Formats: sequence, C-alpha cells, structure tokens
Amino acid sequence: MDTKIIIGIIVAVIVIAGAVMVLGGSGSQKSTIEIVGSTSVQPVAEKLAEEYTKTHPNVKINVQGGGSSVGITSAQQGTADIGTSSKELKDNESTGLTQYIIGNDGIVIAVNSKNKVNDLTTDQIKDIFSGKITNWKEVGGADAEINVVTREDGSGTRKAFEEVVMGKETKIKSDAVVQSSTEAVKTTVAGDENAIGYISLANLDNTVKALKVDGVAPSEATVADGSYKIQRPFIFLVKGNASGAVKEFIDWVLSAEGQEIVKSEGVVPVK
Amino acid sequence: MSSNKLEEYLVEKGLFLTAIFSIIIILIIIAFIFREGFPIFQEYGVLNFIFGMNWAPSDEQYGVFTMIVGSLCITGLSLLMAVPLSILCAIFMAEIAPKTFRKILKPTIETLAGIPSVVYGFFGLIVLVPLVRVQFGGTGFSMLTASIILTIMILPTIISVSEDALRSVPHEYKEASLALGATQWQTIKNVIFPAAIPGVITAIILGMGRAVGETLAVIMVAGNVTQIPNSILDPVRALTSNIALEMGYATGVHYNALFGTAIVLFIMIMVLLVIANYFHYKKKVVIGGGYL
Repeated sequence: MDTKIIIGIIVAVIVIAGAVMVLGGSGSQKSTIEIVGSTSVQPVAEKLAEEYTKTHPNVKINVQGGGSSVGITSAQQGTADIGTSSKELKDNESTGLTQYIIGNDGIVIAVNSKNKVNDLTTDQIKDIFSGKITNWKEVGGADAEINVVTREDGSGTRKAFEEVVMGKETKIKSDAVVQSSTEAVKTTVAGDENAIGYISLANLDNTVKALKVDGVAPSEATVADGSYKIQRPFIFLVKGNASGAVKEFIDWVLSAEGQEIVKSEGVVPVK
Repeated sequence: MSSNKLEEYLVEKGLFLTAIFSIIIILIIIAFIFREGFPIFQEYGVLNFIFGMNWAPSDEQYGVFTMIVGSLCITGLSLLMAVPLSILCAIFMAEIAPKTFRKILKPTIETLAGIPSVVYGFFGLIVLVPLVRVQFGGTGFSMLTASIILTIMILPTIISVSEDALRSVPHEYKEASLALGATQWQTIKNVIFPAAIPGVITAIILGMGRAVGETLAVIMVAGNVTQIPNSILDPVRALTSNIALEMGYATGVHYNALFGTAIVLFIMIMVLLVIANYFHYKKKVVIGGGYL
C-alpha cells in the first residue's frame, strides 16, 4: 500500500510539473518589462503598470525600488528595461541613456498647522536647514527653537532638496532628526509645533501646512509653470533607444491616458 | 530486520540533519555578511570604520562609532528600566499572586510579546514622542523615548523566562526555609531568588538580544542622528537603524559599509553574550549545589 501511495504521489508531481511547464511555456510569449529605481517614482510606476497591463494582458511589468542611483546604473547596465530617477541626471550619468520625463513633483516645505509662519525665502530655508537660523522668531514666528526634520542619506527627496535648496557647498545640519519616510516626516511635523520638514507634493494633505516659497504656494499649477522652484522631474531612463514593448509602454505613459494616471497619483503631468 | 535497521539509520540521520540545519544557516549568514562587509575594512581601514565619528555616505565618510555608542546606550538604558520592573513582576507572579490574578496577568503579558514592533514604533511616534517633548523638552526623538519603547518590548520576555526560573526552584527549598521560621519575603530574597539567578540572567540575555536587535520601533522614535548623545534627551542612531535606513539606496562602498555595520553589530552581540554567559556560569558556581 505504502509503495502505491508513493508512486501515486510521484506520478501526480510529474503531471503537475509537466502541466506547469507547458502552461508556463505558452505564458513566456508575454513580454516582461523590468522597471527599477527611485522609490519616489515607484508608486506612480506601479499604478501605471497596473493600468497598462489591464488593457495589454500580454505584457508583464515588474516594478522595483532601490533609489535613483540604482535606477541609473541598472538602465546603463541593461539589467532593467527602464530605470527610474527622481533627480536630474549629471552629464556623466546620462551617457547612452534616453530620458523620458513622465512628470514633475514639487517638494513641499511643511510645518505644523499651528505655526504662524506662512512664507519663507529659499535662503531662509537654506539657513534653517543648515543650522544658521535656529529660532522661529528670526523668520517671523514664535520664540521657539526650530526642530529640523530631514530624510535619510540616499533618499531621492533629500537629494532633490539638497540640489535645489542647499546647493553644492551647504549641508543639512548634522543634528537634524532623520526620519525614514515621507509619512514619518509628516507625522513628526503634524505632532510638533516647532518642526519643519520637506515632503513630496504628492503626499501633501491637511495634517501639515505647506509654506509658500519666495511667495509662491506649491500646487500642481505652480509646479507645472515652473514658478514654484523646489521641484524635481520623474524620469524614465532607457538604454539607447526604446523599442518594442518598452517603447509602446512609454508612449502610452506619455499619452493623454497615461498622463491622467500620473496626475491621479499627485504628480504634475508634463503635457 | 535489515529494513528496520535502515529505518533506524534514516531517522537518525534525518534528525541529525534537522538539528544541524540551524547551525548551517547561521554559518552561511555569517559567511555572507563577512564577504559583503569585508571590502569596507580594506578600503576604509578597520580602526577608521569602527572609531570614525562621521557617517556621511555621500561624502564617503563611514565611521560607525556614534552608532555603537547609540546602540549600547539605548540597550543599557532600557535594561536599567526593564530588569528591576520585570524581575519584581516575575517574583509577584511566581510567589505572591493569587491563582486567579495570575491567570489574568500571564496572558496579558504574553499578548504584549505578540504585538508587532511596527505597532510599538507607531505608538511611540504618536504618543511617546510628543509626551517626552512636552515633559522634558527637546524634539522628543531621543535615547529616552527609544529606551522606553524597548523597555515595554522586552518586559514580557524577561518576565516570562524569569518566572519560569523562579517556579522551577524545588519546593523543598521553600518549605525548608519557611519551616526554619523565615518570612515569605526572607524566603524569596534569600532562597528562591538566589537559586533562580542563572535562569534570571538567561532572561536578561534574551531581553538584551531583543533590545540590541530591534530596528523598526527604534527607527521611528530615536531620531536617527549620528552623534554621541550628551544627555538622554538627545537623538541617537542605532546600528540596526543605520542598516535599515540606507539599505534601499546603497551601492558600491556604501553597500559594503552597511554590511560592515552588520559585522560590528554581530561582534558586539557576541561580546555581550559572552559577558552575560560568563555571569551566568559564575553565579552557578557561587550558589554551589543550590542552582537548578
């Protein structure tokens, strides 16, 4: 009896394995697109992939994080079909890559809703984050110490913030509290009257107050026309020229339909 | 007969395989961590890495000393709070509490152990951080906040293991002590607790292990600033937090540096375990025939 059961199991396993191979074989005609890179672009890319595969069932899209630098290297090395970046590429980084800007994201300077300050200049923000200005009364607020909240080294939001606001020479002060995600920064700022932090426009909600920068409030419109300065592009990177399924996908992302989805994720469309 | 022997042989070897499986996994993990982390020691220098005060991957500075201090401080402070609390609680549960009360207390404490660490972290971020900020000043993200969260997290481990140790002290000891006219407190203090000390130390080791290794909850409340704390209200970064914070972005040397951090953490835990085990065995000898 025992041997019969064992033989039965073996036969069943072989049948199942065979069936999987046959079905898997027919499934392999699907083309797969690997998207790797910026964790900021990831939610948008995932949403785009989800919508695209609904209408194009023969395409499979895998979206992975890793950060902008990982996106750039994977695109260059060809390990990913599309690399994503949430910062502008340096000259030496962009060699051999075709860039498709799929949208722009504003970086919002967020403070607690009880904070009296509404407007800061880029220089003031720079001084606050570098530690030159340490009290809110120096920028027209209450007499209280400023609690600076930043993101971890490597974060795309942090890199974009550093590039646009801090410039090359100035550094974010080393005793600023580091939080590991946009949500954590938001919760911190929402809970602390004297905190200041930066988050992506896509994640802005009414738990925190967005400051005007140089008199311009962050919004889709001001990011789109460039009057709100602290912004960054979301870029798809392809090695050489896009072709086949990858090109079809990117064309669709840049089409009205794709841009509508980009917009629904809180990112400012390019068209 | 021979088939019986074969079965015996297979079962024996099978059990042996499962037994060494965990050892193999640990060895593989160690080999992997060392292989990935070793380049940073070659490139940056062991001493520069371990005693370097600056951690700024974008400027190619990889010193983890502030984080070693951070990890040790958080763990030490939380043990300072958790050990007395949990040992007293264990004594209460093992010796004093009425049966019905114990029946309520034990599952409650076990539930505490079952709560995922992200929930503790979120609780800390929403409740404790503002509380510390209002009560003690500073940003609220601090060594103290992280230690309080860790204290709550390691309480159940220390309580249940030390309670077991206290309960497994032979009844004869207690009866003999009481028969000699000792009060209940004298019996607990002079007979039961000393006899249970090796088990209690094991409990503390387990709690310490959890405190050193806890990552998520600490990331959310410790502030993650790479600095030597001047007071318990200063934010600090733990070794585990450093790895978890930056692993998503790290490439090249930075990636190796994070594995280097893991090696340092690994060695630190080994040293702490050796020290703890030393006390464990030392205590056994001191009590002589009295230990479990």
